[in-house]
Amino acid sequence: MAVHYRKERLDRGIKARCEDIFALASHREMLYLLLPRVVPVIVLLSFPLLKGVVGLYWEKVVVITCAIALLSLSWDLMASVGLVSLGQALFFGAGSYITGSLNHAFGWPYFLTIPCGTVGGALFCALLLLPVLRLRGVYFAIVTLTLPLLLTRFIEASKILGGNEGLSSLSPLPNLWFELYVPVLALLVCLFAFRRLINDDYGLVLQGIRDNDLAVMSGAINIYQFKAQAVFIAGLAGSFAGAFMTHYYQFVGMPAFALDYSILPLTCAVLGGVGTFAGPTLGAFILVPLSEALRAFGTLRVVFYSAILIICIVGLPEGIFHYFQRKYHQFERKVEVG
Amino acid sequence: MMASSILIYGLVNSVILALIAIGFSLTFGISGVANFAYGGFYLLSGYLTWMLLKLLGLPFVLAVFITIVTVGFLGFLVYWVILLRVRGIVLSEVIATFALGVGMLEFFRWKGFVTYEFTLPYFKKGMVFIAGVPIDYQRLCIIGIGLALVLFLYVFTHHTRIGWSFRGIAQNERTAISLGIESDWTAALSLAFGCALSAVAAIAILPLGIISINMGYDVLLIAVAVGIVGGLESVLGILVASLILGYAQIITSMYLSAEWMMVVYLAAIVLVLIVKPSGLFGKFKELEERV
Repeated sequence: MAVHYRKERLDRGIKARCEDIFALASHREMLYLLLPRVVPVIVLLSFPLLKGVVGLYWEKVVVITCAIALLSLSWDLMASVGLVSLGQALFFGAGSYITGSLNHAFGWPYFLTIPCGTVGGALFCALLLLPVLRLRGVYFAIVTLTLPLLLTRFIEASKILGGNEGLSSLSPLPNLWFELYVPVLALLVCLFAFRRLINDDYGLVLQGIRDNDLAVMSGAINIYQFKAQAVFIAGLAGSFAGAFMTHYYQFVGMPAFALDYSILPLTCAVLGGVGTFAGPTLGAFILVPLSEALRAFGTLRVVFYSAILIICIVGLPEGIFHYFQRKYHQFERKVEVG
Repeated sequence: MMASSILIYGLVNSVILALIAIGFSLTFGISGVANFAYGGFYLLSGYLTWMLLKLLGLPFVLAVFITIVTVGFLGFLVYWVILLRVRGIVLSEVIATFALGVGMLEFFRWKGFVTYEFTLPYFKKGMVFIAGVPIDYQRLCIIGIGLALVLFLYVFTHHTRIGWSFRGIAQNERTAISLGIESDWTAALSLAFGCALSAVAAIAILPLGIISINMGYDVLLIAVAVGIVGGLESVLGILVASLILGYAQIITSMYLSAEWMMVVYLAAIVLVLIVKPSGLFGKFKELEERV
């Protein structure tokens, strides 16, 4: 007579009412909640200090990782409103072209161009997407897919903003510490701000629009206004990544609208877990260093992202972050099945 | 001379656009799956035909037949293996097909399918003069194939059982299911048909130039642009949109330069989205998609 077991999962006792309200009784339980939030922050903030140990190359990989993580955060915020974007490169490109052209044409310094590029890029994207916000689901995805590709063609044909060659020899960032710390700080601010935002009343409206926009409309809420605001906020994160990377590379050109900036943030978000913001960040910190390590494979890397995307979408739709979160917050034990 | 060449080459261009767009729109109209792998299948057909012709030395007709059937079957398989598992979740469907398409295209790029040797043969070499405008047989063939395909699709969807079930599912999925039409089979067949149509388009259009990877992305752009302008699920919309965009492009390239041809799509998409977001003829999903 074989004895069968099944796995039983129990929530830890500190969970009071729902996912994110806790009843804490001891320092140990506080530590238990703080640890997963504080440790990544400390690691990220101390990483630039270790540049003697890990080498400058991997420090720069972290800069790129932060940029991609910002893009995937902006993707995730839009997905929280039900707007599935296949063209995050639009934000990146808008931010970098505005920054680059301000610096190139007027010689503005980085501390003016980066904020202008961030706000201007977000505003440009929000205005460009304004007529499309009435569309849902596939239609919106289709339009966002085409916009960055067509904007490239537009710049190519009209030869504005440097045309095919782009704008080069832009002014560099002041020093290495600035280069290494600003993206990390921006990522942390953005991550925690978005998490706060989405759990606020404002964020509840956004999630409501995703789940049932007709119900939100019947609550006398103008959903297009909220969608436009969400696109603007998401655009701030994406355009900042573009604006910063422009000065970092001292170059802006066609590659700013490249498909990489659309598909990589998407892959990060799907791998990490949609809707949590921490998930996409985690995804970025897994995928981007991995893709740097696989640099020798050239364009095969994109094939590799695509494979990950398909596997995750079909086989692991919740993403790895949700999985880890569940494991962390629950006990598991074997129970005999009688 | 100028006017007649605009007329003739505009028509050729319009038929090319319609040929490219029709497979994408057929799949979307029936099953609601936006097949973003469309560009990938288009180029796959080109390379498959090339390999069958050059490496195996098959006769042209046989190679074409094998390509169309294989690509159609692959589309069927994609539905059954990938899309069936995420059916109804728009986000997942879109991401899965998009990833599949990008993966295929970048795989071809990695394999180095980018040199000048990758061209498909003309159906028939030579050219004629129509109203004083020189035009080669291949472009005439494209017009013929385009017209034949539209006619075939009309007859197919109006006079065969599979065609009826296609239209049934497209009009109202639940009612169609209650009448015994298999939703999944129909959707899989619609994907197979869409992919097979992309193969037909590839074999007809690719001989006009070299097969290049970026063409895969362009094809997707064209299919999407024509679909947005005309209304994604309406065949009439596709035809009208192809005519508008086709002539607009030719006129643009005559008076400005060829680089501006792709910009026409951007202008058209933005204009249509502002005026009528569901497309010129897209009545059918209007209520559902436009709140």
